[in-house]
Amino acid sequence: MTDRQFSWFRDPSIMIANSQMSQDHPAHYGEGDDVVERIRTMMRFTPHGRALGLEVVGMDNGKVRGRAPYKPEMVGDPETGVIAGGVITTFLDQLCGMAAVLAMREPSVVATIDLRIDYMRPAEPGNDVLAEALCYKIGRNVAFVRAVAFEQSDENPIAHATATFAVNAPARRRASAAHE
Amino acid sequence: MNDVQQRVAGALARIPYATFLGLRAEIKGDELTLTMPFGEHLIGNPMLPALHGGAVGALMELTALTQLAIASKSEKLPKTIDVGFDYLRSGRPKDTFARARVVKVGKRIANVQAEAWQSERGAPIAILHGHFLLADD
Repeated sequence: MTDRQFSWFRDPSIMIANSQMSQDHPAHYGEGDDVVERIRTMMRFTPHGRALGLEVVGMDNGKVRGRAPYKPEMVGDPETGVIAGGVITTFLDQLCGMAAVLAMREPSVVATIDLRIDYMRPAEPGNDVLAEALCYKIGRNVAFVRAVAFEQSDENPIAHATATFAVNAPARRRASAAHE
Repeated sequence: MNDVQQRVAGALARIPYATFLGLRAEIKGDELTLTMPFGEHLIGNPMLPALHGGAVGALMELTALTQLAIASKSEKLPKTIDVGFDYLRSGRPKDTFARARVVKVGKRIANVQAEAWQSERGAPIAILHGHFLLADD
């Protein structure tokens, strides 16, 4: 798994060119016409994500977009009705993990190594939270991902996240086999 | 049940998300332990199976917020400025416990660490470090 193959994270136009050239053998799991349906299947696989009502909205330039719907049972501050920080944590962890999988040649299980979240402001009570996650570097062992959560626009963010994920052994074996 | 225990249990019961996670509080002296009983809805990966890192993170964050409210003798929960979660072991499908240590309380900002564990107190599954904005009472 060479660095060059993942250069589309820095230049989205390369990703489009790659996907047009290799329709039969997509270079990454995050390519192909059915990618959004495949990410939705990944999201439905997770009971805790289902319990929170997390959804995948789509993919755009390599970024995975998701939605955490506003639900009264997810409120963390009963006085203001603001959604709990823990919901944002789960949402961003989930979305970042999926962005890591989508950057792989073949899907594999990822495990969060660390996740850091900065809160710029509380979420608006009553509104769904949206987020975008981008895996900006994937190696044989570790994936590096960042994400931003917002309601209307990422220019007025609720939170920024950076996360690293361990890429699991089966994927490592495949990646090194492909490399040899 | 002492006063602090009653107030903390009452405050947690009023947080819908803490109820969703099924959290229970226990206090010895001024030290809080939160328990997140296992539930199928907390699973992140059903193949392993393993708890969702977000649920474990949420448990630690609520422990940090509540322990800080106890330490600063505040009725209101502080607000999170930033949190870092380190995941050390996969969370098994069983009860998870968390405790927090208030490292420093400043005029407006506090530094708190927390740990989550399952069968062995000395083998944490995850740790948290974070900064929190103290509530104005």
